[in-house]
Amino acid sequence: MNMLHTVNKSPFENSSVTSCISMCAKDNSILFIEDAVISVMKATKFTEMIESSLKDFNMYALKPDLEARGLSLDNVIEGVKIVGYEEFVDLTTEHDSVQSWL
Amino acid sequence: MSEDAIIKKFMYVNRKSPYGTIYALESLEVVLITAAFDQEVSLTFTDDGVYQLMKDQKTDGIGMKNFSSTYAALGDYEIKKIFIDKESLEERGLVLSDLQELVWEDEDEDYAEKSSINLVSRADLSKIMNEQDIVMSF
Amino acid sequence: MSLEVNGKSYEVDEEGYLADLNTWDTDVAEAMAVADGAPLDTSHWEVINFLREYYEEYQIAPAVRVLTKQIGKRLGKEKGNSKYLYELFPYGPAKQACKYAGLPKPTGCV
Repeated sequence: MNMLHTVNKSPFENSSVTSCISMCAKDNSILFIEDAVISVMKATKFTEMIESSLKDFNMYALKPDLEARGLSLDNVIEGVKIVGYEEFVDLTTEHDSVQSWL
Repeated sequence: MSEDAIIKKFMYVNRKSPYGTIYALESLEVVLITAAFDQEVSLTFTDDGVYQLMKDQKTDGIGMKNFSSTYAALGDYEIKKIFIDKESLEERGLVLSDLQELVWEDEDEDYAEKSSINLVSRADLSKIMNEQDIVMSF
Repeated sequence: MSLEVNGKSYEVDEEGYLADLNTWDTDVAEAMAVADGAPLDTSHWEVINFLREYYEEYQIAPAVRVLTKQIGKRLGKEKGNSKYLYELFPYGPAKQACKYAGLPKPTGCV
């Protein structure tokens, strides 16, 4: 099963991001949107967890949500792909199913 | 306002990232209303609340109002004490220069601009919170 | 609700404030003032223009206390007091001037 996971909560706020990563199957994709884009920034408490998970999952972050929060695209962890709304739609259709972690 | 008006020390504690929830904007509205009633208002930004003050917020892509420029008006509302939690910045790999500079103008010194920002530890915040009459968390 | 001025239609709320700040022009400001019985002169425009600049910069209409202080700073102490501003805008400087400036009702205005 090729699943796309979407997460929209800050990793500092609740355990959605960490739970998602711990339950995600190999080669699944994770798309970070809304406050969850905080997860993919360099030099945070969660950077190491994200970096070490990159070998197992494809990771994406929604550009408009990064920009809204003043989070510089240059400070996004290398390997995380920055996508727009159109690619969000593509990701949804390319995967067999979508799981939203609320 | 009458001479014997009661002035209380209000502190608003901002703990959430902007835009993901309505808390940040609602807090800002309440802060401005409180300050308009001549109360002594201070603000704390802690946890994800520190993201509210990030520079260069651009909200065109998410179709929401960018209210980050409103923080710069706090000085006009006589809000001169803004506390930033040092540990919260560090956990997020942020430094003070990632945040907007907030100032107030000193009328008695020909409107000289003075910084409102205080970088404080959680231990200090605890003390400052205990000196308040009213603390509200958003 | 809408307001007709010189053949142009402006969307307004139940209190007469413009629904969309971007539809504002000097004609609608003049028309609102005339409807309230007091046409605008240079002194009114100083305040209205200040409010529009303030909103542009900070995305809020300032509370009356802030307005008074800022007018004093920009236009001189003799204008930075509520007596002067209430003479210009008898319905309340923040409320009435904000309406003419096309801004929403000021935050903290009750």
